[in-house]
Amino acid sequence: MSSSDTKPDMLSTHDGEPLKKSLGRALRRQKIRALLLIAPLLAFVILGFLMPIGSMLTRSIDNEVVEEIMPQTVAALESWDVDSTELPPEETFRALVADLQVAAENRTALTFARRMNYELAGFTTMVRRAQRLVRRIDLETDGPFRDMMIESHEGWGELETWRALKAYSSSPTIGYYLSAVDRTMVSGHIEPLPDDRSIHLMLFWRTAWMSGLICFLGLVLGYPIAFLLANVKERYANLLLIMVLLPFWTSLLVRTSSWKVLLQEQGVINQTLVWIGLVADDNRLTMINNKFGVIVAMTQILLPFMILPLYSVMKTIPPSYVRAAKSLGANDWTAFWRVYFPQSIPGIGAGAILVFIMAVGYYITPELVGGPSGMFISNRIAHQWYVSGNWGLVGALGTILLVAVLVLYWVYDRVVGIDNVKLG
Amino acid sequence: MSETRTDGFVVFDRVQKSYDGETLVVKDLNLSMPKGEFLTMLGPSGSGKTTCLMMLAGFETATHGEILLDNKPINNIPPHKRGIGMVFQNYALFPHMTIAENLGFPLEVRGMGKSEREGKIRRALDMVQMGDFASRRPAQLSGGQQQRVALARALVFEPELVLMDEPLGALDKQLREHMQFEITNLAHTLGITTVYVTHDQTEALTMSDRVAVFNDGRIQQLAPPEDLYERPENSFVAQFIGENNKLEGVIETINGNRCTVRLDDGSVIDAQPVNVTKSGERTRVSIRPERVESNPERLASDAHLIDAEVLEFIYMGDTFRVRLRVAGNDDFIMKYRNAQDQGRYSPGQKIQIGWQAEDCRALDA
Repeated sequence: MSSSDTKPDMLSTHDGEPLKKSLGRALRRQKIRALLLIAPLLAFVILGFLMPIGSMLTRSIDNEVVEEIMPQTVAALESWDVDSTELPPEETFRALVADLQVAAENRTALTFARRMNYELAGFTTMVRRAQRLVRRIDLETDGPFRDMMIESHEGWGELETWRALKAYSSSPTIGYYLSAVDRTMVSGHIEPLPDDRSIHLMLFWRTAWMSGLICFLGLVLGYPIAFLLANVKERYANLLLIMVLLPFWTSLLVRTSSWKVLLQEQGVINQTLVWIGLVADDNRLTMINNKFGVIVAMTQILLPFMILPLYSVMKTIPPSYVRAAKSLGANDWTAFWRVYFPQSIPGIGAGAILVFIMAVGYYITPELVGGPSGMFISNRIAHQWYVSGNWGLVGALGTILLVAVLVLYWVYDRVVGIDNVKLG
Repeated sequence: MSETRTDGFVVFDRVQKSYDGETLVVKDLNLSMPKGEFLTMLGPSGSGKTTCLMMLAGFETATHGEILLDNKPINNIPPHKRGIGMVFQNYALFPHMTIAENLGFPLEVRGMGKSEREGKIRRALDMVQMGDFASRRPAQLSGGQQQRVALARALVFEPELVLMDEPLGALDKQLREHMQFEITNLAHTLGITTVYVTHDQTEALTMSDRVAVFNDGRIQQLAPPEDLYERPENSFVAQFIGENNKLEGVIETINGNRCTVRLDDGSVIDAQPVNVTKSGERTRVSIRPERVESNPERLASDAHLIDAEVLEFIYMGDTFRVRLRVAGNDDFIMKYRNAQDQGRYSPGQKIQIGWQAEDCRALDA
């Protein structure tokens, strides 16, 4: 058994055990130890991050509530055509009464009503009235129910009610996503919501362009600071860096509120302008509760996230490049623009993507200084959650935001290359 | 004194430089270089040599004094208008440009047309045998190749003066020796005036027409390599250039270009007075290891001999090195060729050594 007997591609130890297996065993202890070290964080990430995201995705398509509470009605509607100009037959009304009787008993009727009310206003009233009716009637003897129901609320006699019920009865549903992009299928077909109820697309667009603008302003303001940080003596650089980082040590709420103090009509800036005489007392500038306020406050708050990646990239650009450019005959501007700037692009990329992604999901600042015209999509999501309790729509809006950011990240990776991004 | 200096192509006239206003990094620098000369600034780190180079390039300003290029003062001319080619320690090739774009850069900023540029780029790359690499990026080249490109880029716009800041520092020994040869060859063929900064004395000695040895902000000696090695003018230069044995003592007699020195242990040796003038003065003498003679028959009959004890005998192949204890100095080295007629020594052996008076230079203490 000389060593030449073994195939060259299958190296083995002296005992004849394959080398790979032996190595794997030798490394196993290390791997287990490493895994144990990260286990708490891993568990935390799974519980606190991945599971909520999973739950959000599920909620955005989950619609079991209708079928669960109204099983007979949903089944009866299956044979009814949404485009029909006739109301559903008597059996369907009978099924509705039967379902509502059970639901009234189980106190689930209003859960169903609330779900339908998201799509068709007035549904809760209809269910409430019907519930009062069905408590009094006997399913076996009191038929037919159609006219009784219509008498309880004329809504039950309208085609739209039944079309909506049929359209939103299936689970999983795309209903929440439709509503997230200002579409509805209450008529049984997908169509745009009326203008006065269309708000989400406008908010998505506003969030995107304002984030883009904040990102751009951050770059314009942050680039010179980062350049200064990277090029002054270390003593001054550290001091400057502390000033850049100082906002991090102040609560976000405090920083936003201080903008309120500065920008409001009786605020510091207006008072000063009036005192100087630049602005008339009865014609004070409106700088808050609008887009301007949001842009100013968010640019300031997100500025460090632009400066730090820029700084960390600029610090790695040796001064000899600019010197070389000058020695080759380039003036200050050419040396900067042709040699220094291109090398700082990875920092611009990192800062821009970081600020943009953070801005897109920002909530507190637009909430406090935005007013209705400065509202972001995240404020709408919060509103849907704590005012309407429409978890499905919240999930759908959140998922769209998440996907948009991921798509952006992907595009960015294809264009710039995420390997070129340096965060520190 | 300054009138004679102004005929040079590059002139430093009483230049001083301070960064903090408290200490001088460069103290009273005077230097004149004729056109076409290859001059090396050699010295330990912090000796002011790089500062001098940066002042010449225009990246640092002289605190006092004047720098002239081709008889024109350049103190107030910004670097990009000086037209001086420069090769940096880390090459400073622009990583986001191809090799051709790197070379095209100085031509482009001078407003040269595309076709003219291409011709010059090709010629410059061919000159350093990098013609096939025009479309590569710097990161795709080896250190030696980057070095060649950096050289080509510094030369492509045909400057009359080229500065090189330790350009071979990052290369391995073999490549470095090869590049030393290529750089000097190129400089002489093109007739460019070159200022070369290094802390490697071998590099300085093999490449330069003249070497300026820097220490403590001053030029300690400015001389051709041979003079520098054979005739150091002070102890710093003697110690810094090549291997050197030093012994300390007092001048006993002095007579023209001969003197005798009484060492601290009482023994007397022959020497040549360099910067000592009268007897009784303290001195440090310097003798190169290869000039130490252990065979008294090869010395003049009246030569003084001195006792030495062999501490170590080192076989080096082509040479032998013997470490001796001489007048209390345990690091006295004697070096001689490996030849049939040369003896070998064993540790503990007592011998007598001597040298020719002109090989032993009595310098400042």
